[in-house]
Amino acid sequence: MDAFTTHTGRAVPLRRSNVDTDQIIPAVWLKQVSRTGFDKGLFSAWREDPSFVLNDPAYAGASVLISGPDFGTGSSREHAVWALQQYGFRAVISSRFGDIFRNNSTKMGLLPVVLPEAVVEDLQAKVEADPAAELTVDLVEKQVRLGDVVAPFEIDDYTRWRLMEGLDDIGLTLRHAEDIDQYENGRQPWLPTTV
Amino acid sequence: MGRTLAEKVWEQHVVRRAEGEPDLLYIDLHLVHEVTSPQAFDGLRLSGRTVRRPDLTIATEDHNVPTVLGPIADVVSRTQVETLRKNTAEFGIRLHPMGDAGQGVVHIIGPQFGLTQPGMTVVCGDSHTSTHGAFGALAFGIGTSEVEHVLATQTLPAYRPKTMAVEVKGALPYGVTAKDLILAIIAQIGTGGGQGYIVEYRGEAVRALSMEGRMTVCNMSIEAGARAGMIAPDETTFEYLRGRPHAPSGAAWDEAVEYWKTLRTDDDAVFDKVVEIDASTLTPFVTWGTNPGQGAPLGSAVPSPEQFADPVERAAAERALDYMGLSAGTRLRDIQVDTVFVGSCTNGRLEDLRAAAEVLRGRTVVTRTLIVPGSMQVKADAEAEGLHEVFKAAGAEWREAGCSMCLGMNPDTLKPGERSASTSNRNFEGRQGKGGRTHLVSPQVAAATAVTGRLAAPADL
Repeated sequence: MDAFTTHTGRAVPLRRSNVDTDQIIPAVWLKQVSRTGFDKGLFSAWREDPSFVLNDPAYAGASVLISGPDFGTGSSREHAVWALQQYGFRAVISSRFGDIFRNNSTKMGLLPVVLPEAVVEDLQAKVEADPAAELTVDLVEKQVRLGDVVAPFEIDDYTRWRLMEGLDDIGLTLRHAEDIDQYENGRQPWLPTTV
Repeated sequence: MGRTLAEKVWEQHVVRRAEGEPDLLYIDLHLVHEVTSPQAFDGLRLSGRTVRRPDLTIATEDHNVPTVLGPIADVVSRTQVETLRKNTAEFGIRLHPMGDAGQGVVHIIGPQFGLTQPGMTVVCGDSHTSTHGAFGALAFGIGTSEVEHVLATQTLPAYRPKTMAVEVKGALPYGVTAKDLILAIIAQIGTGGGQGYIVEYRGEAVRALSMEGRMTVCNMSIEAGARAGMIAPDETTFEYLRGRPHAPSGAAWDEAVEYWKTLRTDDDAVFDKVVEIDASTLTPFVTWGTNPGQGAPLGSAVPSPEQFADPVERAAAERALDYMGLSAGTRLRDIQVDTVFVGSCTNGRLEDLRAAAEVLRGRTVVTRTLIVPGSMQVKADAEAEGLHEVFKAAGAEWREAGCSMCLGMNPDTLKPGERSASTSNRNFEGRQGKGGRTHLVSPQVAAATAVTGRLAAPADL
């Protein structure tokens, strides 16, 4: 996956709550068998509305999404993460994320940043006042910075390390293949197999 | 101090624990379907890896499949299904393809085969994997990167979520179902209320539910934000499992049951959070908005956004009413629907079809009504009881098994502006087709609505 240390770019405010993954990437886009081409499907229903914020030229090229609470709820589709990344987003800021979406993001190197709702709203207001303002998401310092705002955020050290190094989870787990072998030898004998 | 059910199952599956790292958890059963797996199999090929335990993996075709006989007309859908066939053949994974007697919605077939058992860890690239928690399994949805991880290693690195008890006091009144209960729970705790938690459903009303009802409840845990929901196994669970193809038998059965009986939260265990709900006060429950937390008793009216003190909830309600084409104050019973859908991993089991048939027997539907069994086995069982004749006589469409209109990846969709009463799990904007409007309901309410053309309960007929 892509390593993430620090990213500076313009941001786009999405003033909606409960942005479920069906909105991020509607089901009709999930029929693809490749990992590419999902940028066109990002918020595809909402983008048909000319007043939708992603259609505002002032925010063209923004790489940080600042959303209302409960971003990425619902379906487990990792396609939502791929769509956001392929559209150009490197980080999403919200006061709360759906658990599966947040997990999927950290597997792919899209940084989910949790900040208090009041801070999120403040950042949204500042970006609306000046869409050209550049915001920095700094995973090294665990801070979001915009103008005079310096907002610290929490992330567990292990996930932070993995993101900063861009490490593949499977490779890390396979280092413990012996532990897996040993566990398998002690499994309860009645557990089912599919054969 | 005692441990909760979730903690017991978690601890039983820790392969490796190290300070400052997530636990490495063993996965007992991996369910696979065509939508979230192709990129995972590609990943395996790219890195020269293989499937560690094809014998703990099972695949089915469900999301894309048409529910009328014949091949898949949509080329992209067909390619996705064919890709699953190629991948499962290449990696030696058991597949139940369209037309096979074992085919069905992934969360229906696991329990049906007896593959889902108490105390197991179950994952699938699908958020409704929480369904399997009804057996006292720890079951949760994962993304495609994690699907690849489980295929390659049969494990997942994960931090243990916090634990939440949902204590359901009292008994459900006559005519109030598991679906009404879970919709009421979600409305109470909110779509984000369960984030970061494993929920255990407890109490008299939960114990009284059948396995089908328990699956309906656990299925929608994710709509409250919880990745997993669990119910401690008991005699109801054991009776459901006894004699199923993959359930233990003979001495192994006795040994398994002894262990399964230990899978309950200790009396002195402490949950991180406790939520209480009184089942005896519940009535049929339906959603009016565009997330599953926006629900209300059928006997009430569409709420006014001003009723919500929280500005975020108020804005969400305004937006939802606009999308749903509803005005505050409209009685929910006055809402007219175009389509009724009975099916999905939430309510596509035999008990659900029986409930719908009981309402439709001798009556006629006035809306387009799709009855979609959750699996080919459910279909065969329903037909053996003659339920299909009841549906057809009422004017409903009796279909083949699949996910169908729950998410509209197959041809079963709503047109823009069309309104459904649906026994599925999500009323998100466009979930059942672009511009479609969804009201989540129980099978009983769905069937009564099909008869009147407006949201209704059987008691209204």
